[in-house]
Amino acid sequence: MSARVETLPVLPKPETPLRRLASEFFASRVATGAFAALMVIVFMALFAPFLAPQNPYDLATVTVMDARLAPGERGSAGFLMWLGADGAGRDMWSAILYGLRISLGVGVASGVIALAIGTAIGLLAAYRGGWVDALIMRVVDLQLSFPAILVALILVAILGRGADKVMIALILVQWAYYARTVRGSALVERRKEYVEAAQCLALPASRIVFRHLLPNCLAPMIVVGTLQTAHAISLEATLSFLGVGLPLTEPSLGLLIANGFEYMLSGKYWISFYPGLALLATIMSINLVGDRLRDVLNPRLER
Amino acid sequence: MVFILRRILQSLVVVLVMSLVVFVGVNVVGDPVHILISDEMTQAEIDRFIQKLGLDRPLHEQYLHFLANAARGDLGNSFVHGEPALKLILDRMPATLELAFAAFLLAVIVGIPLGMYAGLKPESPASRAIMTGSILGFSLPTFWVGLMLIMVFAVMLGWLPSTGRGDFMTWDGLRHLALPAVNLALFKMALVTRLARAGTREAALQDYVKFARAKGLSPSRVVLVHVLKNILVPVVTVLGLELGGLIAFSVVTETVFAWPGMGKLLIDSIQRLDRPVVVAYLVITVLMFVVINLVVDLLYAALDPRVRLREMKA
Repeated sequence: MSARVETLPVLPKPETPLRRLASEFFASRVATGAFAALMVIVFMALFAPFLAPQNPYDLATVTVMDARLAPGERGSAGFLMWLGADGAGRDMWSAILYGLRISLGVGVASGVIALAIGTAIGLLAAYRGGWVDALIMRVVDLQLSFPAILVALILVAILGRGADKVMIALILVQWAYYARTVRGSALVERRKEYVEAAQCLALPASRIVFRHLLPNCLAPMIVVGTLQTAHAISLEATLSFLGVGLPLTEPSLGLLIANGFEYMLSGKYWISFYPGLALLATIMSINLVGDRLRDVLNPRLER
Repeated sequence: MVFILRRILQSLVVVLVMSLVVFVGVNVVGDPVHILISDEMTQAEIDRFIQKLGLDRPLHEQYLHFLANAARGDLGNSFVHGEPALKLILDRMPATLELAFAAFLLAVIVGIPLGMYAGLKPESPASRAIMTGSILGFSLPTFWVGLMLIMVFAVMLGWLPSTGRGDFMTWDGLRHLALPAVNLALFKMALVTRLARAGTREAALQDYVKFARAKGLSPSRVVLVHVLKNILVPVVTVLGLELGGLIAFSVVTETVFAWPGMGKLLIDSIQRLDRPVVVAYLVITVLMFVVINLVVDLLYAALDPRVRLREMKA
């Protein structure tokens, strides 16, 4: 903090909550590094078609001639395959970029939908109370007493394969975490005076819930949302690796790793190793950012 | 006594609810007829088939039938193996339990000392390394770590076998067990380390530890007896609950290491649409979970009178 003041002696900038949050967040070198890494990963995923030397799923550009080329060899199309090629001759670097897109996309999309559903249900439970609350929390407790991977496997076994089914499974796995978090903080906020004041003004319930309660529950939601996204990405990769996740037409990082499995025993490590590294970097950077957010926002979260 | 009965009753309700969820899920969301019949069957054959399976009867009758059969231990025959699904699962259970307990022991034996060290010397570089390592342990995808373990220890170094299972408690068996157990333990190890660290930091400030030190007890005795004893209860409680998680997560490890347990059977059965086995696995696992949760709850209440009192008031 003092360093900031010394460099800006003229006028201290107005302290907005966001700016204070940012300066606290970036005070940690680890968190700053993780945030930068995450930004690079998101950039890579967003612009994969422009960054990849090859469209790994366009059969016209992929040739079996390149199959299992070692890292650093030149493919038949002339560009350097610095991470090698997989069993079908796809450039691993391109496949990872496209895989990141799918992994991140599925993780974030399912997280956002689960956040919306979980928040609505959590707010309903907290605001209504009574038997509605009791019923919702029973369901949440029941689901959370089983590990996420087991719930996901049950759902996939019931629903069958396909990208949409995996999305549904991921959403159903996650909503309960959000519902519990939102309900917990909404219950605390509900007892505060500003809610009482709003109620005395005879504001409609929807306005109290969405304009007064919800904004004050944001901090824990952001933290849980960040950590849950990492969890969802990891879960999807695991399902895809087990062969019960995304179909072959949508090769996420988990599927890339599974594809390399058969070549592993003959020492061709790169087909599984590099996608795994990309997955690890993604999950780890999100986790580190989430951990830091938790410290900075300091909501009393139970783990 | 009332408390125990109430908990058992609650567990029964959970089992019933879960059986309903699984049953409705399998029979309504996914249509079993659609999977069982082949294109060559005539309509008459299909009708006979549906009748034989009892799928033409109302759903609540089917569910009661399913429950009655399940209570007698009959969960149907596997389509693929032709054997009773329950027997298939139970045959594979020892392999999964062996793996889960090995991982459990490993997590405790490695995690507690690391966590206690990090808790006693929170500022030392080694402690920071341990805490960073624990975040890594949470972030590493289990299946990928499994592949890397095979890569390094089986393919490159050739020290350990890559897949399969040896005989129980033989040298060969332990060699086969080593990599899968480490793989499965990694996540829990990170968890135990964090728990032990938090517990140690809290215990180190307590009066009884200060008193033990003031009495002139050796530092090792203070740590190994006074601190360790008091962090063990919360750690073991959480781990007891996590034992179910280990069994669930062994699905992944078993698939990577071709470990012949019930998790691998589940994945194979999902892929081959062998529904009776899937349902049997789910029923068994849910039962195991409920029993584990119940036992841990009861143990916890036995160890900590405050829990008992709170439950009685509620």
